[in-house]
Amino acid sequence: MIFWQILRFAIGGLAANKVRSALTMLGVLIGVASVILLLAVGNGSSAAVKNSITSLGTNSLTVSSGASFGGSRSAATTKKLTVADAKALADPSAAPDIKSVAPVVSTSATAIYGDISYTPGSVLGTYPAYFETANEKIAKGDYFSADDVLNARKVAVIGSTTATQLFDTDDPVGKSISLGGTPFTVVGVLQTKGGSTGFSDPDDVVIAPLPTVQNAFTGFSSVSQILVQATSADTTTQAQSEITSVLMGTHSLTDPTKLDFRVSNQASLLTARESTTKTFTVLLGAVAAISLLVGGIGITNIMLVTVTERTREIGIRKALGAPKAVILGQFLTESTLLSVLGAGLGVAVGLIGSHFKVVGIVPVVIPSSVLGAFAIAVAIGLFFGSYPANRAASLRPIDALRHE
Amino acid sequence: MARRGRARHSGTAPTPETETGPATPVPVIQIQRLTKAYGHGDATVHALRGPDDPETGLPAGVSLDIDEGDFVAVMGSSGSGKSTLMNILGCLDVPTAGRYLLDGIDVGHLDEQQLSLVRNRKIGFIFQSFNLVPRTSALAQVELPLAYAGVKAAERRKRALAALSLVGLSERSGHKPNELSGGQQQRVAVARALVTAPAMLLADEPTGNLDSHSTEEVLQIIDGLNATGRTVVLITHEDEVAMHAKRVLRLVDGKVISDVRQGPVAGPPPVLAAQLRQRAAAGELIGGRQ
Repeated sequence: MIFWQILRFAIGGLAANKVRSALTMLGVLIGVASVILLLAVGNGSSAAVKNSITSLGTNSLTVSSGASFGGSRSAATTKKLTVADAKALADPSAAPDIKSVAPVVSTSATAIYGDISYTPGSVLGTYPAYFETANEKIAKGDYFSADDVLNARKVAVIGSTTATQLFDTDDPVGKSISLGGTPFTVVGVLQTKGGSTGFSDPDDVVIAPLPTVQNAFTGFSSVSQILVQATSADTTTQAQSEITSVLMGTHSLTDPTKLDFRVSNQASLLTARESTTKTFTVLLGAVAAISLLVGGIGITNIMLVTVTERTREIGIRKALGAPKAVILGQFLTESTLLSVLGAGLGVAVGLIGSHFKVVGIVPVVIPSSVLGAFAIAVAIGLFFGSYPANRAASLRPIDALRHE
Repeated sequence: MARRGRARHSGTAPTPETETGPATPVPVIQIQRLTKAYGHGDATVHALRGPDDPETGLPAGVSLDIDEGDFVAVMGSSGSGKSTLMNILGCLDVPTAGRYLLDGIDVGHLDEQQLSLVRNRKIGFIFQSFNLVPRTSALAQVELPLAYAGVKAAERRKRALAALSLVGLSERSGHKPNELSGGQQQRVAVARALVTAPAMLLADEPTGNLDSHSTEEVLQIIDGLNATGRTVVLITHEDEVAMHAKRVLRLVDGKVISDVRQGPVAGPPPVLAAQLRQRAAAGELIGGRQ
């Protein structure tokens, strides 16, 4: 019963200064809402990164030329990756966990269609296996075939961004574009992958048969990457070691610590990118936490003002026999009510706000952040309210009554 | 006419009791060699000192007994120590030295928690500046001490309404302090002071901020309460107010310089007694008592 009484006193106290109570609550509201929203944005961007990486294919491995981290080799002994390396990897007896191999050369060239000139993000020359390994799906038309590769036909599959840039609303399939002066026939348009995360747009690409691109642009000496698909996501580790041993053979290397190529799988890419976004999320969370703390200090501040302002009332209540615990309870309840109401509204604002896109990122609310922010706000109310409440409760009745 | 003993529920009409108590009245307040000093060393000021001890020359302190059912007025100019005495009697302040027994309890040994209980159960305060809780209705004001005492809501309401009707304000139970006149505010404060049926009413210049009409009203209520057996200690500097008391103490420089009895401890206070006699005489004149 006395609890309800204290609650009624506290609500009365808050209602006496509605604007002040509302503004104090606003501080907590902003704190809680920003914690929820900023963590959701961080989480959303990390989810976007994860999405874009898994869209590359979870069981694909990328072999690229160059010394692995920490390996120091002179440039003279570095052998570039070649189509021969790719062929060696495709041997099922040497590498049983490898499903398919696609050597990739990349270059850049300006594409011209009619009077539109556009430079796509990259021009790739590869094998049809690339599409499956890189998780590229066709939207219109078809992939180029192994036959196209063998005959080095001048055909190309283009990404959706490139398609929009060059053809606008026209259907690109069957049209001819000029790529660095060489005419190519567009045979297919890829599905939009999305997930651009500030690096490169995976949809801004032109993919053509390997020999065609080598012939027209890069020459036949080396390839920039070999894309390898493992038989399943579970066998990527075995596939990785098979690649290493096969390529050590073809590159006549003996020291596994001194390699002139690098095998990276999507998992390691994923971890690297995830740690980046985690840092991002932590930073956002820290900023939000600071604003929550400021909201808490706002509570202390306003409760101190309230206590000072109501010193006389406290004196009267004490003269009427209010025990210390009741006075303490009343002011603590007031500050906790402020924080609970502020946090509740903050949760509502945070959840509503997370339905909107923030700087191109769809926020993904972390349920524990909602609970956590709410709990922390309530704890802050208790903690930051306890000092003023304690001050009120410890006032000597005679001093409180004499207070002007 | 003389009612002894305290009624359990002061709000409701106190049950008349026959003279069963001891013939000598029990002191409700006993203070022995009480001093109160502010400051330290040479700067020490004794707000309450009593006569100087003939041997040591140090303040011997104020000693005083107040009987149950008495109506004591403490008079003195400002700085005479009367407010200090009142604060100590009300357990709002602690004496520097000496003993204070309220209703047989040695208040000096109580902790903060117990003191608040004593203030709640034993003492009803009436202040010069009314000291109502702002933005709170008259009924809630009067319920407040009962709420702190842990009385249940329905009972609280009943007793608060009874106390308000006793001071003639049952019509205004829903009004907030800023909607009441000064006299009405003070009457709410009186109702609040008596609702817990305290051992004593402590009034600090209760009429200091009131016009003469409201002063009469409030004093009449206090007279009536004393007539029903409630002990009243009243601080004032006005002779007209002191006239209502059965016993008048004068304080100068923290010492009691005179202690005059104006009426017996039992029975109604002098002003009320005179009114009653007048009414009775008038009744006899027109033949027969009511």
